[in-house]
Amino acid sequence: MKYFGKKVITLIMTLFLVSVAAFLAFQVIPGDVVTSILGTEATPEMEERLREELGLNDPPLTRYLHWVGDVLKGDLGVSYRYSKNMNERMPVAELIGDKLPVTLWLAFISLVLIVAVSIPLGVLWAGSASRTGGRAGRLGHVLDVSLGVITQAAMAVPSFFLGILVTYIFGIVFQVFQPGGYIRYQDNFPGFLGYLLFPALSIALPKIAMTARFLRNAMLTEMKADYVRTATSKGAGRNRVLYGHVLRNAMMPVVTFLGMIIAEVVAGSIVVEQVFGLPGIGRLLVSSISTRDFPVVEILILYITFVVIFVYFLVDILYRVIDPRISEK
Amino acid sequence: MGTDTELGAHTEAEKDMAVMPGAETGMELHREAESDTAKEPGAGRQAKWNKYLAAGLMMTGISLALGILGLFWTPYSTTAMSAAEKFQAPSLRHFFGTDNFGRDIFSRVMQGLGTTVVVSSLVVAVSGTAGILLGAFTGYFGGLLDEVVMRITDAVNGFPSILLTLVIISLLGSGKWNVVLSLGIVFTPSFVRIVRSEFLRLRDADYIRRARLMGVGRLRILFVHILPNVFSVFWVSVMIGFNNAILAESGMSYLGIGVQPPDASLGKMLSDAQGYLQNAPWYACTPGLTIVWLVLGFSLLGEGIRRRGE
Repeated sequence: MKYFGKKVITLIMTLFLVSVAAFLAFQVIPGDVVTSILGTEATPEMEERLREELGLNDPPLTRYLHWVGDVLKGDLGVSYRYSKNMNERMPVAELIGDKLPVTLWLAFISLVLIVAVSIPLGVLWAGSASRTGGRAGRLGHVLDVSLGVITQAAMAVPSFFLGILVTYIFGIVFQVFQPGGYIRYQDNFPGFLGYLLFPALSIALPKIAMTARFLRNAMLTEMKADYVRTATSKGAGRNRVLYGHVLRNAMMPVVTFLGMIIAEVVAGSIVVEQVFGLPGIGRLLVSSISTRDFPVVEILILYITFVVIFVYFLVDILYRVIDPRISEK
Repeated sequence: MGTDTELGAHTEAEKDMAVMPGAETGMELHREAESDTAKEPGAGRQAKWNKYLAAGLMMTGISLALGILGLFWTPYSTTAMSAAEKFQAPSLRHFFGTDNFGRDIFSRVMQGLGTTVVVSSLVVAVSGTAGILLGAFTGYFGGLLDEVVMRITDAVNGFPSILLTLVIISLLGSGKWNVVLSLGIVFTPSFVRIVRSEFLRLRDADYIRRARLMGVGRLRILFVHILPNVFSVFWVSVMIGFNNAILAESGMSYLGIGVQPPDASLGKMLSDAQGYLQNAPWYACTPGLTIVWLVLGFSLLGEGIRRRGE
């Protein structure tokens, strides 16, 4: 419990530091954004009015406190680029609002695919790699080597090219889905999930390869431990040793690894959304970077960072729940 | 008999286990460091060649040669358009076919490869040099600098590298040099870590103690006595760095926030080609497979160097 408290304090400290860094990066370093919004033909009066409107005339500390207060209240600021109508700038919250579910669902489906495929695959792989002698051993070796080659290749394919390959194979050759025919979740939710399956596959494939490899290696390392010899000499069967003893211990590092994978899935969706034309926050982030729309970039980066930190925090806690030995230290 | 085969399986498994890619690098290098300490320093060199090294050298060699050549000369002009030559499938005249403007894709891939090779080499040079300097000082001397640098590298390593890159790019703007700078910064911490742990390990080795006793200067100990012994591990991470740099560079150009025209880039070609997937699948596949080929080459090269060092 004391540990939990300490972790929460660290979490809050990290969030504070990240918010300061984001503020410095996007509101102090870029300097005056007024010219970039209004263009070079604006009169000094127009510039001054906009500066006042955006609160750029206040000292940095006031601006930081103001900004944090607003963000905590749910006011995420206004975009420099998008306007709601003639007189009003688009609030960032509204800009993000309906894009967020797309990204979250995409990440969720990818994660389900990763866990559902990589863990059985890794176990099967470790099982076949550890077999020796006779036909089973030779077959196991062949399987081991071919999985090694396949996963190595899968990891060398960049996610955007994988996305294009998935579009070509499933969209054009087999015509299982309509490339570019994104279905809004507000209109047809099952159709939306069906469409997301393909981008999710592009995100998941390399991660499946990585996780399966990782689990295989963790299991093979674990098989050398003393308790395995003890269990075998006590007469426990091969399957019992493998699934009852080895897998449970090998899963420990895999949990941490999956935590890191979640962070990468969130980041990976930035690229894959672009490939499949999904209106998620990743695409918004990229377009805001190209147009230097700092308030939007800032909130999105903060948001993604918070998600990543929070996932690490959860993994840390989960790790202790699974393996009580750690807390004894 | 049962236990015998069991043990046989383990050594076999251990051999195969060495085929590990970038993601598990930390673990991998760690393991290697352990086996290194167990080994007598200067124990006989093992086989100079292995098939990973040969395949990796062949693959990267071809791409590097084509890429560098592509910066100066290409078989066809990369800008001349021709309506008659539009959307031709790969043939002996046009190895990779032609695109929607009738331009030769092979020539454009060569040029894009050139940009990728130059950018990723610069990124690795920047981050590798920074990594050696920071890692050497923090690992050997420890102290406050070490504390601070380690906290920062921990923080940076924790995040998906694409995020930090995007922050830097959004502040600096896109373009070749900004890509080099931002990726150089983002990749530095992983080099610092590896170099630091090696310096930490060798700091109290007998031959270093002796050198200190004999009054060898600090800088000389750092860079003449320790550094050469770090290189075997360092080169493996350089290869991984190349991989990540190639993937990041092409990914950023794909998103339109990396290298900008007139600099050719494989990522930009892919995003252009995406619209013609139905009519000209080769247009997207050739630059894509070129990236895969390059990345795979560097993976194999890294693996080969690692095995040779063992």
